[in-house]
Amino acid sequence: MNLLENIRISFRALAANKLRSGLTMLGIIIGVAAVVALMAIGRGATRSVTSQVEGLGSNLVSVSSARNLRQAGAGAQSTPLHYSDYQAIAQGTNNVNGISPTYQTSAQVLYGNKQSQFSITGVTPDFAEVQAYTVDQGRFITNGDNAAESRVVVLGSQAATDLFSGLNPMGRDITIDGINFTVVGVLEAKGSTGFFSTDDVILIPLGTGYSRLFGGRALENGKRTLSSIALSASDPNAVDAVISQVEYILRREHGLTLRDTLPFNVSSQSQALSTLTSITTTLTAFLGAIAGISLFVGGIGIMNIMLVSVRERTREIGLRKAVGARRSVILMQFLVETITLSLVGGILGILLGAAIAGAVTLTGLITTYVSLDVILYSFFFAALVGLFFGIYPAYQAASLRPIEALRYE
Amino acid sequence: MIEIENVTKIYKMGQSVVHALDGINLHIGAGEMAAVMGPSGSGKSTLMAILGCLDIPTEGVYRLEGEPVEKLNENQLAQVRSRKVGFVFQQFNLLPRTSALENVMLPLLYDGVHGKARTEKAKAALETVGLADRMNHRPNQLSGGEQQRVAIARALVNDPTILLADEPTGNLDTKTGEEIIGLFQKLHEEKGQTVVYVTHDVFIARHTQRIIRLVDGKIKSDERVAHPLAAGTPRPEEAIEMQPN
Repeated sequence: MNLLENIRISFRALAANKLRSGLTMLGIIIGVAAVVALMAIGRGATRSVTSQVEGLGSNLVSVSSARNLRQAGAGAQSTPLHYSDYQAIAQGTNNVNGISPTYQTSAQVLYGNKQSQFSITGVTPDFAEVQAYTVDQGRFITNGDNAAESRVVVLGSQAATDLFSGLNPMGRDITIDGINFTVVGVLEAKGSTGFFSTDDVILIPLGTGYSRLFGGRALENGKRTLSSIALSASDPNAVDAVISQVEYILRREHGLTLRDTLPFNVSSQSQALSTLTSITTTLTAFLGAIAGISLFVGGIGIMNIMLVSVRERTREIGLRKAVGARRSVILMQFLVETITLSLVGGILGILLGAAIAGAVTLTGLITTYVSLDVILYSFFFAALVGLFFGIYPAYQAASLRPIEALRYE
Repeated sequence: MIEIENVTKIYKMGQSVVHALDGINLHIGAGEMAAVMGPSGSGKSTLMAILGCLDIPTEGVYRLEGEPVEKLNENQLAQVRSRKVGFVFQQFNLLPRTSALENVMLPLLYDGVHGKARTEKAKAALETVGLADRMNHRPNQLSGGEQQRVAIARALVNDPTILLADEPTGNLDTKTGEEIIGLFQKLHEEKGQTVVYVTHDVFIARHTQRIIRLVDGKIKSDERVAHPLAAGTPRPEEAIEMQPN
């Protein structure tokens, strides 16, 4: 009595009652299809979030002052980044493509009779590369601008539209907090990436900012301060190394030991990404779990039918035992039957689920992603459901006493 | 061959206790053909179940070919059933939607006989019962007599030590019933099978060599049949049929 013969007997028994077998399987088919389709949708959502965040500039490491939460309220004092920190970082890190120190403030911007409050950012030439901006018209801020403390300005595409409403801004003068700046460039639109718009920036040379615009706000004990420093690592794998180099340099520059809490945030895009990914992953798992419940219900359906089937075939079981079938053989026969039901149901469910996912993709709402691991998990989970819910009916069948089973009417 | 000593079988049905068999002693030799008779509830079927190792006695000893059966575990009993016992039931108990050949192969399947040997043995058994031309028919394509002959072939296929028949003609008309007893006689004469045959019908019982009568779980009489009837003997008009109750 080998497995192959057992499978043959099971198929015959299942084929004998096609409608019933089909309906029983339907529970598993729907359950597995729901798991596969929902997981595909969830994975698709995760992927689209990931690619959006990566569009912000991958390999990005940003450094900023940490708010001191413990002292919050009572004159919360955060340790500012110094311009000298930037210089130290620029010297002490490797595997870095660009370092962009920035100082950000808000100011009154005036063109003609149009006046409004804008966020002004003092930058160096690396800003464009690190933040993945490209110049649409004119040029970007140069090292020369910084050194000469030139009064030039580069506008984000949205800021240009807001200020000049269609006029070509190139070469025109705008007034920032009463100081005249000449527009030398306009950036290409990046589009709003998720939560914040990146096209309403107004960029001036950092050096010009310190000497003419920021004034005392940008000084701490006579030292120039920065709002943030952004670095782009040469390789995604170098990001972690860059972070630890930067942290080391900041501790050294500010006289901190390893035991002190670093008063700066040094974080990578991938960390922000992992936070977002963990949210979508949790949602996906949640959807999968709900679908799993329907798979479980399908399993109960199988068990129910198998119990009825064992009852119906009591005489058959009695006869098989009377002609020499051992307990284990009967157990296997019924177990193979339930596992066959659940596995065939599982395969059909995977196909149906993939088809549903494909249909969702076609609607254009979301690009679903059917991954192999989900297919394998569903397959094994379906088999497990068959095994779990098959054991009790099979055990009942195997435990029948032949003499009573034969007399069963 | 079959030795039963002081066998008692007690069933508990709710509160009441039923002594289905009450201290039975019985010896049946190799190659004997015996009939067991008795009214309903006399313990015939219980006796057959114990002889066929479908059940074990509550008390007493049953030796089949010298082997004490009551000491065997479930799997060992299954093996004894598959190798030493051939059972024929009143309701033929064939598997539906399964060909005669495959029905006959069933005991071989559970005894681990594979491939060609299995098919050949099953075909030979079907030939013995005269159904060689019907082996691919399913039970619902066969007459009652043919179905019972398939069941007999199934009982024979593993060359069992004993052939037990529990009212095999009970569901058949008298003519077909006589054909079946004739078949058992043939098996007994040609193959030397030991046959134990339960029946209500005295006329059928007189085709065997020995008639054992059970009443209330005890053996009431155990007689030799001086001249067993040959198959095909016309049933006398005055033959008394022993009706159940």
